[in-house]
Amino acid sequence: MLLEIDNLDVDFKARRLTVNAAKSVSLHVEAGEVLGLVGESGAGKSTIGNAIIDLLEPPGQVSDGSIRFNGEELRGKDEDAMRHIRGDRIGMIFQDPQTSLNPLLRIGEQLVETIQKTKRVSQAQAQQNAIELLESVGITEAKARMRSYPHEFSGGMRQRVVIALALAGDPDLIIADEPTTALDVSVQAQILDLIRGLCKTRNLGVIIVTHDIGVIANIADRVAVMYRGNIVETGDVKQILGDPQHEYTKSLISAVPPADKRLHRFASVDYIDGTGDATANTMQRIDINTHWLGKQSQLQQTHIDKDNKAPAIEVSDLSLSFKLQGAILKRNRRMLKAVDCISFAIAQGESFGLVGESGSGKSTVARLIAGLHKPDAGSVEILGQSVLGSQKDPLVKAARLNLQMIFQDPYSSLNARLRVLDIVAEPIRFYKTSDNEKHTRQIVKDLLDHVGLGADAALRYPHEFSGGQRQRISIARALASRPRVLICDEPTSALDVSIQAQILNLLKDLQEELGLTLLFISHDLPVIRQMCDRVAVMRHGAICEIAETETLFESPQHEYSQHLLKLMPRMDVFG
Amino acid sequence: MLAYILRRLGQSVLVMAVVSLISFSLFNFVGDPVNNMVGQEATREDRVKIYQELGLDDPIFTQYFRFVGNAVRGEFGLSYRSKRPVDELIKERLPATLELVLVSAVIALVFGIVAGVYTGIRRDGWLSKFILSSSLVGVSLPTFIIGIGLIYLFAVTLRWLPSSGRAGIVDLGWWRTSFLTLDGWRSIILPAITLSLFQLTMILRLVRSEMLEVMQTDYIKFARARGLSERAINFTHALKNTLVPVITIIGLNIGALIAFSVITETVFQWPGTGLMFIQAVDFADVPIMAAYLCFVALVFVVVNLIVDLLYVFIDPRIRITGR
Repeated sequence: MLLEIDNLDVDFKARRLTVNAAKSVSLHVEAGEVLGLVGESGAGKSTIGNAIIDLLEPPGQVSDGSIRFNGEELRGKDEDAMRHIRGDRIGMIFQDPQTSLNPLLRIGEQLVETIQKTKRVSQAQAQQNAIELLESVGITEAKARMRSYPHEFSGGMRQRVVIALALAGDPDLIIADEPTTALDVSVQAQILDLIRGLCKTRNLGVIIVTHDIGVIANIADRVAVMYRGNIVETGDVKQILGDPQHEYTKSLISAVPPADKRLHRFASVDYIDGTGDATANTMQRIDINTHWLGKQSQLQQTHIDKDNKAPAIEVSDLSLSFKLQGAILKRNRRMLKAVDCISFAIAQGESFGLVGESGSGKSTVARLIAGLHKPDAGSVEILGQSVLGSQKDPLVKAARLNLQMIFQDPYSSLNARLRVLDIVAEPIRFYKTSDNEKHTRQIVKDLLDHVGLGADAALRYPHEFSGGQRQRISIARALASRPRVLICDEPTSALDVSIQAQILNLLKDLQEELGLTLLFISHDLPVIRQMCDRVAVMRHGAICEIAETETLFESPQHEYSQHLLKLMPRMDVFG
Repeated sequence: MLAYILRRLGQSVLVMAVVSLISFSLFNFVGDPVNNMVGQEATREDRVKIYQELGLDDPIFTQYFRFVGNAVRGEFGLSYRSKRPVDELIKERLPATLELVLVSAVIALVFGIVAGVYTGIRRDGWLSKFILSSSLVGVSLPTFIIGIGLIYLFAVTLRWLPSSGRAGIVDLGWWRTSFLTLDGWRSIILPAITLSLFQLTMILRLVRSEMLEVMQTDYIKFARARGLSERAINFTHALKNTLVPVITIIGLNIGALIAFSVITETVFQWPGTGLMFIQAVDFADVPIMAAYLCFVALVFVVVNLIVDLLYVFIDPRIRITGR
């Protein structure tokens, strides 16, 4: 037995209350085995990883239980002894390769330093070892790359360097904390392959901590499912994913959008042990036919005909370049073509998906349509009205009023100093679309009710809400201008899978009810399949393929679409 | 890289041009220069003659370019008071100021960085708390109070150190130094401490807050997880990352030390450029004031140029973007 954890309790003592981040957790890992530790945010999975190498953030501390590594008790070892365990015998890989390397030291320096510390060899020998290590994690021209700084590597390459650093001391156990969460799907597949390969060739024990069941399905031999500090179920990966026993595991798995078939609604995670928020049940619906939300404003009525059959969004030959390096002479400037001659049209009431890896320009397209960037060339029409003209033009204003956006990060997209009431009321007050202040407040309360938050939320501040609740506030704010088109830029990628299911269901409901048109941007193919009627695949600022969603998933035409689909994490093998 | 240096140099030249314009205008705004030079009994003809000799009847642009041309060669004319060339006076006084600034900068840097790193790492130790609270005294008390306090304690009461002046000077021909004798060191120590206290506090607090921030980063956590020693983490990984903002402040401060050693030099009667400047203000000695202004600007510009180049040396990311 390489690692054996028995009845581990981890507490975070705050001034008044003590939070039990882990409650009698028992785990074990064998050499040559990958254990997946899966759970949603706040489940305590990272805490376990940090507790093993005694790097808990204060005030966290292990209050009970034992951690035996190769039969040796790690609990109660002093700092000096632990330092010889860390790196030498247990390696750690962190989530974000952008931040886990020291930006001011060459990667060679960082490797050599670590090798010398763990192996006590000469400088030249350490240099040699470092080159071999880099080669073993798949970095070509390792000798030359030793002199590079971290910022000269791409995200995936950096994660390889991080893995090389974790392997520097020839450890027996690797703890990987969300090692691929910050990476694109194609890079994720490579890194997972690498970890899996290293596990087998070096006979390592690996603990992968992740929230992503797809990752677990791809790499783990065994799984432990965590929920609120408890391990609710552990066992063989095929058994857990194929035939889960515990209620929580079942609902967690059912909340993952299936890649292979389209469902009408997402199954939501309803296993909440009595303490969860029951907002979904107390939700009060408003009648769209009679309510303010269902009517059109003066501005919208006068300028955009209700029977208007023009496409909701039509862009043609849209281009935008960013300046990478300025210069006086035009030929010396280095430009990045973020969006390169893109054309598509979205019919009213349609859900249109835009999918691609990071840097493909999909968010830039959204920002161009929303008017947050000005295009270099091309046109943008909303409901048949060009919106690139003067913002004071009432026609442009009316068209803009019909388009709203929901952003990716629910934490930074709400002003922390405003009450929810003022956040949601802002579009109403800006466009003066309500009769009076009393009416505005009533509308805000109705909207908050409608998105499932409850009218009481109006008087609170954003920090009092969880990520999913904040995204509901964003949606309420977007609805407040009574738009006909919603742009959703990765609305759920910062959320847990169970919350994601709720938000996506809410969006679907609202779309049906209000006849909204959705431009849905995501890197997550299964989500796109569930949400969209048609999809455009983007790469390097250009569209590779536009197709009906089902057609794309069943028989992708473009080479790149096929490539993306092949890399998509699948769970159906266990289904 | 070359373009980066050239751009910075171009900016420096621009700054110097503006400053020279300001110091040139001193001559025209701070009283009538001829009035300052001649006595009460000078006749009208005498005045006109001097007026012409000084070229004050030339167009203003000609006068300005003449001023700049002379200034580039280090000539700022004669002091109204002592009738000696200004550049000679400055050269005579400069070693005293530069030595004072050097000693106080070393004190501020060494103690500031060491104490900053210490208080950043041992956040809750009693020594950290003591250092932090006593450093508040350093910022809040004005320099002259600290100077007078030190004189009272070490010169008047304990009689360990001289109270004022610069003693034990050795003339090297091109430089008059007080570093070579014990007396010289004894006389420099109090003014240097007085001058350094404010900078020391600033550096200490800056290094501390940067350290606190850096210690929270993922790469420090990752370095810990690789089992690196505390010393390697604190002094190689963390300290280097705190340096970019620290160097900016240090650069500005060394300029400030030279420029504003005025008060300390007055309190300790230290025969440096600051004392000379104060005396020049007393007598409306415009050539000295103008020259001093240009000199201080030059110091700031040169120090900042060095700082900018140091950034590139420390942080490889700046090399790529070239800013």
